[in-house]
Amino acid sequence: MNNILEVHNVVKRYSQHTALNDVSINIPKGVIFGLLGPNGAGKTSLIRIINQITGPDEGYVLFDGKKLNPNHIKEIGYLPEERGLYKKMKVGEQLLYLAQLKGLSEKQALEKLKEWFIKFDIKTWWNKNVEDLSKGMQQKIQFVATVLHEPQLIILDEPFSGFDPINADLIKNEILELKEKGSTIIFSTHRMESVEELCDHIALINKSQKVLDGEKTEIKERFKTNTYNIKYSGELLTTSNDFEIINTEKIADNFSSSTIKLNPDTPVNQLVRQIIDQVELRSFGENIPTMNDIFKMVVNETID
Amino acid sequence: MKNILLILRREYLVRIKKKSFWVMTLLMPLLVSGFYALLFWGVFNSREVQRVSILDESGSFTQKFKDSEKVKFEYVNIPLDSALNRLNQKRTDIVAVIPKNIIEVPSGLKIYTGKGVGFEIQSKIERIIQNEIRNVKLANAGIDQKVLEDADVDVSSKVVVVSKEGEQKEQNTLASTVLGFITVILMFSTVIGFGMQVMRGVIEEKTNRIIEVIISSVKPFQLMMGKILGVGLVGLTQFTLWIALTFVLTTVSSSMLPSQQIAKAAQDQMSEMPQKDKDKIAKKMEQTPSDAGKVMAFIQSAKNLNIPLIIGCFLFYFLFGYLFYASVYGAIGSAVDNETDTQQFMFPIMLPLLAGYLIGLMTAGQTDNKLLFWASMIPFTSPITMMSRLPFGVEPWELILSMSLLVISTFGMVWIAAKIYRVGILMYGKKPTFKEIGKWLFYKG
Repeated sequence: MNNILEVHNVVKRYSQHTALNDVSINIPKGVIFGLLGPNGAGKTSLIRIINQITGPDEGYVLFDGKKLNPNHIKEIGYLPEERGLYKKMKVGEQLLYLAQLKGLSEKQALEKLKEWFIKFDIKTWWNKNVEDLSKGMQQKIQFVATVLHEPQLIILDEPFSGFDPINADLIKNEILELKEKGSTIIFSTHRMESVEELCDHIALINKSQKVLDGEKTEIKERFKTNTYNIKYSGELLTTSNDFEIINTEKIADNFSSSTIKLNPDTPVNQLVRQIIDQVELRSFGENIPTMNDIFKMVVNETID
Repeated sequence: MKNILLILRREYLVRIKKKSFWVMTLLMPLLVSGFYALLFWGVFNSREVQRVSILDESGSFTQKFKDSEKVKFEYVNIPLDSALNRLNQKRTDIVAVIPKNIIEVPSGLKIYTGKGVGFEIQSKIERIIQNEIRNVKLANAGIDQKVLEDADVDVSSKVVVVSKEGEQKEQNTLASTVLGFITVILMFSTVIGFGMQVMRGVIEEKTNRIIEVIISSVKPFQLMMGKILGVGLVGLTQFTLWIALTFVLTTVSSSMLPSQQIAKAAQDQMSEMPQKDKDKIAKKMEQTPSDAGKVMAFIQSAKNLNIPLIIGCFLFYFLFGYLFYASVYGAIGSAVDNETDTQQFMFPIMLPLLAGYLIGLMTAGQTDNKLLFWASMIPFTSPITMMSRLPFGVEPWELILSMSLLVISTFGMVWIAAKIYRVGILMYGKKPTFKEIGKWLFYKG
């Protein structure tokens, strides 16, 4: 079984609207999976179904090949977007409590907590009240609570909101380390730069429907426009049907930048050959769409 | 089940560790036993000897004031000024001035004191003078004391409850009423108090947004039940400590006043009465109890009440009455985002509680009152109103029926509340209406 999670034709209706309409998603083991979509698209509804907070009206979910059931709760770690802690409770006590709710014994929880407290260098926080910690510190505690029971599947909903760049990096490294160790991570966000950086797979949900999914590189391949950006000295003219110049910008004297669209049947090398005959080439690069571009493109498409 | 216990433990420990819990727990029995001690104090007050100087201007009271253990009388025949000077010189505690015309104007008696005078001594002096004036006036009118004694009849009654088995038990209506009042007030305030704690706890989890983390680990029902049971256990702990501490403190405080002394105090009072009263009291001590006797009778009859049954029933009705209302409070807490939004839902929940409270207090002792009977059967009011009936005795079948109805409807209420709670805890933003909450009942998981 290569998929840790399979969502099959899930439908979730609320009294006023349909939150998920026939959504099917496969999440392979050991990847960082980006669950993308604009606000209100249905991401949270899907996450809540995976967490068994609510159930689907139609369809089903398989976890590691088995129908999702309460035994899977301890295999999942969930960091919700709207997250918090008991303010008047001590940090250590609170983490122990949350770990025990996930099925760890007190002893196991203590051992694992010790590791994390050393790792994050927060040993002095154990007896502090949560309300005495800064927001960033609380986020760290929440992250520890999410992964402490070493779940197979970790669901992070906007994990970087509220973190300063240093702590965001710290968490980013932790996420990568967890992936190394074999965990699968579902990463729900609309911050595309972190998707670009971290995700292997993505699925895009818009208006209750899955509109796109697959491997990130493959999707980029699919969305590339066959355009190239070149910088050069001299003057470039369209000399054949193999390419067309979409625009040209003069950067300095005798130095220009152009965007070129290549005929899909033409090999790239042939384009390069034609160009270097005309101008002195300074740089050449394929325009690969960013996740941001793809996101906007797809979302706007479905709006139309 | 394990999850419910984990949650219960947290809810319990968090509250038990609070200072306010211990302040309340320790303060209550101190107040109760303090009141109890005050009761004794008031009757058998200070054992310090008071020196009373009698300035008898009328001359009619020679030899009428007799020393007792607590009061030493001294006749002085000096001007008022120098008598009052004795107060300043601490040679006497009280100066009683009996004017010449005391027999014509009985209100002319004046008592001077440096530091206040106890009610007991004041009434003692008044009583002696009053008796003497009466004797003088009777003699003047030519009435023989014997005739008067015969005509002076005291009517008093005893309430005797006859059970079906023909067993007779004396009942002190006052003690039963007082106990009923106390338990009604206690039940009313604790059900609301602990119910509100549940509601605040739910709102807290919602506003600090830990709720979603927790219900990704446990079922909403487990979280709700763990919280309700945890807070309920805090309540039971508090009651147990109250009962234990009150018992210890009252035992200690009454053992400091041995019964001998109480009897002596009663005797002291008798000794100041004229001989004819003494005879009468000797004859029918119970019918004309002294103040001390009254208190003793009250305490005695309070002891005759079936205290273990009442405590047992109180704990039972608290547990289920609390569960019943706490689940409603929990459901309300889940439906709103903050405490101010709870206002509109508070009225419907307070209405039956308040009704029970008022019925319980106003019809206390009316054992055949139909309203009280029904209120003690209907689960909305039974936990409170049954408390006011219990000290007067309740038929076993009525008690069993009332308890069964409460238990069944508690399960029903918890079931309904869980349905609302499950949906409510994930709803943010708009304040829901009753209609919307009604719809939540029919949502699928």
